[in-house]
Amino acid sequence: MTELKHNEKLDVQNILKDLDKYEPRRRGWHWRTPAPGIKMGPFEYHDCSEPLKNSVGLPPAKFFGDIDPQPLPVITTEIASGRFEDDIRRMRMAAWHGADHIMVIRHMGQSHIDGLMEGTPQGIGGVPITRKQVRAQRKALDLIEDEVGRPINYHSYVSGVAGPDVAVMFAEEGINGAHQDPQYNVLYRDINCVRSFVDACESKKVMAWAEMLQIDGAHNANATAREAWKVMPELIVQHAINALFSEKVGIKPELISLSTVPPTATPAPCVYMDLPYAVALRDICGRYKMRAQQNTKYICSSTREATVTHVLNMLISKLTSADIQSTITPDEGRNVPWHIYNIEACDNAKQTLIGLDGLMEMVELKKDGPLRDMARDIKERACLFMEEIIQVGGYFQAVQEGFFVDSARYPERNGDGIARKIEGGVGYGFIFERAEDYMAPVTAHFGYNNVEQYGGDPENPSALIGGCTFEDRSKIVFIDELDETDCVDVRIANVKKYLDGKALKPEVEWCADGTILLTMCIPANTRVAEAAALEIGTKLGLESPEVISKEVLQEAEGTRIEMKGKVTFDVDPSKLVIPPEPHYLSDEVLYKEFGDHPMKVVCGTVGEDEHSVGLREIINIKHGGIEKWGIQVEYLGTSVPVEKLVDAAVELNADAILASTIISHDNVHYKNMKRINELAIEKGIRDKVIIAAGGTQVVPEEARKTGIDEGFGRDSHGIDVATFLAEEAMRRRGDL
Amino acid sequence: MRREDDFQERRKHIANLTDEELYNRFWELTAQVVDPLLELGRKNTTPSVERAVLLRMGISSLDTQKIVEGCMDRGLMAHGTGHVVYKLSKEKSISIREAGEMLAQGKCWDEAAALFK
Repeated sequence: MTELKHNEKLDVQNILKDLDKYEPRRRGWHWRTPAPGIKMGPFEYHDCSEPLKNSVGLPPAKFFGDIDPQPLPVITTEIASGRFEDDIRRMRMAAWHGADHIMVIRHMGQSHIDGLMEGTPQGIGGVPITRKQVRAQRKALDLIEDEVGRPINYHSYVSGVAGPDVAVMFAEEGINGAHQDPQYNVLYRDINCVRSFVDACESKKVMAWAEMLQIDGAHNANATAREAWKVMPELIVQHAINALFSEKVGIKPELISLSTVPPTATPAPCVYMDLPYAVALRDICGRYKMRAQQNTKYICSSTREATVTHVLNMLISKLTSADIQSTITPDEGRNVPWHIYNIEACDNAKQTLIGLDGLMEMVELKKDGPLRDMARDIKERACLFMEEIIQVGGYFQAVQEGFFVDSARYPERNGDGIARKIEGGVGYGFIFERAEDYMAPVTAHFGYNNVEQYGGDPENPSALIGGCTFEDRSKIVFIDELDETDCVDVRIANVKKYLDGKALKPEVEWCADGTILLTMCIPANTRVAEAAALEIGTKLGLESPEVISKEVLQEAEGTRIEMKGKVTFDVDPSKLVIPPEPHYLSDEVLYKEFGDHPMKVVCGTVGEDEHSVGLREIINIKHGGIEKWGIQVEYLGTSVPVEKLVDAAVELNADAILASTIISHDNVHYKNMKRINELAIEKGIRDKVIIAAGGTQVVPEEARKTGIDEGFGRDSHGIDVATFLAEEAMRRRGDL
Repeated sequence: MRREDDFQERRKHIANLTDEELYNRFWELTAQVVDPLLELGRKNTTPSVERAVLLRMGISSLDTQKIVEGCMDRGLMAHGTGHVVYKLSKEKSISIREAGEMLAQGKCWDEAAALFK
């Protein structure tokens, strides 16, 4: 397998080649390596992890030597568009932005399929989880982790009526983490409760063998309950049941992670409510890991709003603890996974956690007062909840009586909990008591297993068959495809020209899906604005324009609209006119040049011209102008006659003249340049002085024809002028 | 069930517990909730548990459900489906995979069932 080149696209077809022979390189979960006191650029960090070999830093990193410090928690991103081959490219982008826990959501309805799915069909609401898909993505992630220089955890779901089957396949394929929580099956998938727990014993035992990190499903109670902040006691109960159950099956506590969500969001006073809950949860479940996820119950389609919720949630993580920081925002509310929002969310997490670096060395949570009182209240309610489960006859009875996801704050009850019958649900009636001779000659099997009847070793049951797939990978049956049309090869063939780079089309999730997003302010009420936006989309030639976010600016004055739609044309990259990349000298070189060789510049707006903004942008230190690098500037003002400019250069013994000229009527701008050059020759300073002119209508080539040294047109900045002045000075000295 | 908040009444017996005592009580109760669930897992099996056993024995996912269904139809689940495949392979001196394939094709079921009489 060849390694990735950072400036070349990842070739999915190369990943698919010889997939039947690919073996995962390791098992188990990977935490980041702490790097306390690490120094990066001008700074020292207090709770960061080892940096990446290759990554994309936050936008302001350019001011700090392109450093990209990495926070300590593992960063999760959820990627599952329905086409696993396109998700691989997004995984690479996310990894470059710091994600090291890639979670793949399953295809809708997969939890009710009896057995493994195979092949690579396209999914709805997620990806059909199959051996081929898993193996291809794990193989791609192996390449990507080498490229960024940090192991990447790959994760999906072990639930539904084929939980144990999936767990086995995951263990065989080197999956590093999985959701596993029988309560999720029972409450939200209506899978029979006895069946769910019997299956979970087997699944968890397999996960323990593979050293996968397990994440529970308790946060779903928060997302489902009518008034989410009232279910806090129950959330602790759900976490505890799954965690202790898993530990007793054999998963190590450090591989048991709670999926915890701050229960509420603004405009609620959310930190005041969420912080005591976070403290109570860590008081009770502190021996397990915390996977902090953003609140999704109250997320809307505004990415700005979702981002602020996420940041507030991460403040809770920082004030308490988070071993994994999940990022699903900011487009969860749109129910469409977009490439760019995965990346934004990873950056949000990185920015916030790095911004809060070292915070807990400076602040601490109060030991008394409302925080501790409220936490105690939640813990007592959770304890009473657990007590009542036992009183009514155990977990199944409690589920049947609707204890869970009731919208009242326990012990108050609203009678709207999710009730499931012990004798009912999917998979009911398929529980079989093991006979005395029950036997399963495999590794990591849970419960009664009479291998002794054949002289087998209870510690190593699979020895009876010469090892199972966990010891001998050659026994794994790899199934390539089952459907000739609904498979990855056909999908790739359909978009070949885009994958090969022969044609370009924007995309949000799938290669060449063509979808773009437009943001606009329409000065009308929301109803009119939405209709107007759709009309704009249609007139722009967009296919299927759809408004995905509306926010009132003022009822009558305007609406902020976000609209998506598909472009129907391709762009041919071979026909694009791509201007040469601008050439800049580095700050370091410029500081040295003008330090070693001081430069004095006289400048002004010439002719009958009162424009001053352009030239000020070029010279002013506050706007990144040439003063920044130590150039001494004599600004003569506006409407400066060209004679005065040249005279000033003589008088001040200047090294350069900068003339700004906006008015271009009758080519007066070029005439002025020509005159400056002639005057400089007449006064005998032309050899000594560098002459440059700029303005919105200036074409550099035409300016040079007038005899001056350089012209600067629209979109020129201080750095362009400083680079030119430095290089021209070097040239004249013979240093370049 | 609808119920008013009777927290103040209900908490009386835990109100004076220290945080540590409350912690211990909570986890003792949790153990009482989960222990019977683990016991169910030890004593029982299901079609999915059995499919997962067969997969580890090297049987194709396309065949596992067929073998499990065959075992359910003949009342063999209690013995373990992997056990059925194992015993058949020994009886006929064939590999586990061959025995699994035969059963998945609907063959040798009478022979397999007879091994557990």
